[in-house]
Amino acid sequence: MGFLEWATSPWGQRVPIHIAWFLIWVSLIAGLVFLIVHAIYVRYFAKEKEFVGTVLPDLAARLPEKIARHSLAARLFHWIMAVAMLALLFTAFLPKAGIQFDWVTYHWIAGLVLTASILFHIVHASFFLDFWSIWPDKIDMQDSGKRILRFFGKPAALPRRSGKYPLDNKLYHGVIVLCGLAVIVTGIFMMFRVRTGILPRNPYLFGDMTWGLMYVLHGLAGVGLIALIIVHIYFAVRPEKLPITYAMIFGSMRRDFYLQEHDPERWVVNPLPHEQKGMADAD
Amino acid sequence: MAVIRDVMPAFQLLQPASIAEAQRLLEQHGSDGWVLAGGLDSFDWLKDRIKKPNTVVDLSGIEELKGIRETGDGLEIGAMTTLAEVVQHPVIKSKYSLLSQSAALVASPQIRNQGTIGGNVSQDTRCWYYRAGWPCYRAGGNICYADTPVGRNREHAILQAERCVAVNPSDTAPALIALDAKFIVRNRKGERIVDAEDYFVGPDIDITRLNILQPGDLLTAIRIPKTWAGAQFYFEKVRDRNVWDFPLMNVASAMLLSGDTIQSARIAVNGAAARPLRLKTVEDAIRGKQQNADTGEMAGKLAVEGAVPLQFNAYKIPLMRNLVKRSITGMQQEAAWAS
Repeated sequence: MGFLEWATSPWGQRVPIHIAWFLIWVSLIAGLVFLIVHAIYVRYFAKEKEFVGTVLPDLAARLPEKIARHSLAARLFHWIMAVAMLALLFTAFLPKAGIQFDWVTYHWIAGLVLTASILFHIVHASFFLDFWSIWPDKIDMQDSGKRILRFFGKPAALPRRSGKYPLDNKLYHGVIVLCGLAVIVTGIFMMFRVRTGILPRNPYLFGDMTWGLMYVLHGLAGVGLIALIIVHIYFAVRPEKLPITYAMIFGSMRRDFYLQEHDPERWVVNPLPHEQKGMADAD
Repeated sequence: MAVIRDVMPAFQLLQPASIAEAQRLLEQHGSDGWVLAGGLDSFDWLKDRIKKPNTVVDLSGIEELKGIRETGDGLEIGAMTTLAEVVQHPVIKSKYSLLSQSAALVASPQIRNQGTIGGNVSQDTRCWYYRAGWPCYRAGGNICYADTPVGRNREHAILQAERCVAVNPSDTAPALIALDAKFIVRNRKGERIVDAEDYFVGPDIDITRLNILQPGDLLTAIRIPKTWAGAQFYFEKVRDRNVWDFPLMNVASAMLLSGDTIQSARIAVNGAAARPLRLKTVEDAIRGKQQNADTGEMAGKLAVEGAVPLQFNAYKIPLMRNLVKRSITGMQQEAAWAS
């Protein structure tokens, strides 16, 4: 039982044609196992979070009651991307699970929506948001080392609170970027193989081996996304993460959650004058 | 490339004597089990060594699957009834001659003596890239070799092509659709009665199959209701060799007339898509119209709307247009030609 399906091309070349479809179930089960193990760990084994330092009372008092976290544009991007991603996963894998329907057209249309939303996000994040806030930095690395040492009972200083995004969120984003770009780039090329009315059909754009590898990469990234999306939805509905999910819906989080989880020096929220009410500018 | 060899690959041959036993065996072997009816499609696959099933379930010993029975609501034809029997059956000839006409045009007398009605409607496509064992979409791959700039696609689809452009090769399928036949499919969950047109699937739904049969499913019978008994029928098959060939395209129509007015009609074509197409839009458009050349012309144009030819099969568009036209005006046209 291999991870890839192979075939012999008309020219006698052994070429991969796609992933073995049992990997769908592997990814699905991996995602479910992760959430079960994590839920058990958090329930029975996880220790109380501890952070170094305290927030100055003066600063805390001057922060708005609702801390703006995601702008409307960022939230729209997220939810459009989410719908497109779910549509892509369902249209790709339900037929493999035996639920037959005309999936190809819906799949590439959802793919185009995802591509457009990602392009928007790249521009938006690069020029209108704090681009580096989602990428791991030196403090994240240092703090993760401290956490690992403390987890194993070794002496280590307390870690700092996170910036706008905690390290696990940043790492998840990084993996999603890799998988997302892989499915998008390969998916766009694969559109040259079907009749879309948008791209001219050209099955000879690449050789059989290149096409095969492209289908394999598309498949691997696709099945990887099954587990990643399961994990993402799981964290979105975990009780301690609900304020973050709330922020992705309504744009802001409560001040006390911000002060409890985030380092005001690493995620700077402009304090407001005492007399001013409302929200700070959102990223 | 496929090379025909003298000896088929070894497989376990199972010969059940009843439907229940066949179902049990098919369920037991799942996707490893190959259903053998008349063998005319199967032995090509096996001798070419393109398909190498572990187990072949031969249905030829199941008497329940054979024969033609009149029922209160029409006719029931066992799936293992030979095409020759269908052609010669007096009730089919008198009341449902559309089916006997179509069956009579299948291949050669020898093949009709061996081939079954169930096998004829369930056979696989004849796209030679696929039959040669190339790793195309239908074979589980990621390309259609026929739908390439230099692909040989003279026989392929002009309608409803979705990645794969292969066509269904059955002659009896469009006749059964026109007769509003019901297909009886059994599996371990029970019995399903499927409209003839829903028995077939296109590549948009399932690119590796031409019909709804899944591993473990068994087509046991085909029922033809009385609805269209004695209607005005028309069947025409166009092929490269009139002696013995698969259809480039065929058309079947059943019409109920009131004088010259078409009360209702069912029309189906095959060879235009991966599934036999029931032309419901055409049927609706000609209802209440006079059966004449103008109606036929209109119907023909309507039938080919949306057709997309490949490199070498543009001829199929006027062919389909004319076949549909003749399926409506055929009798009059012939009379006109005769005069």
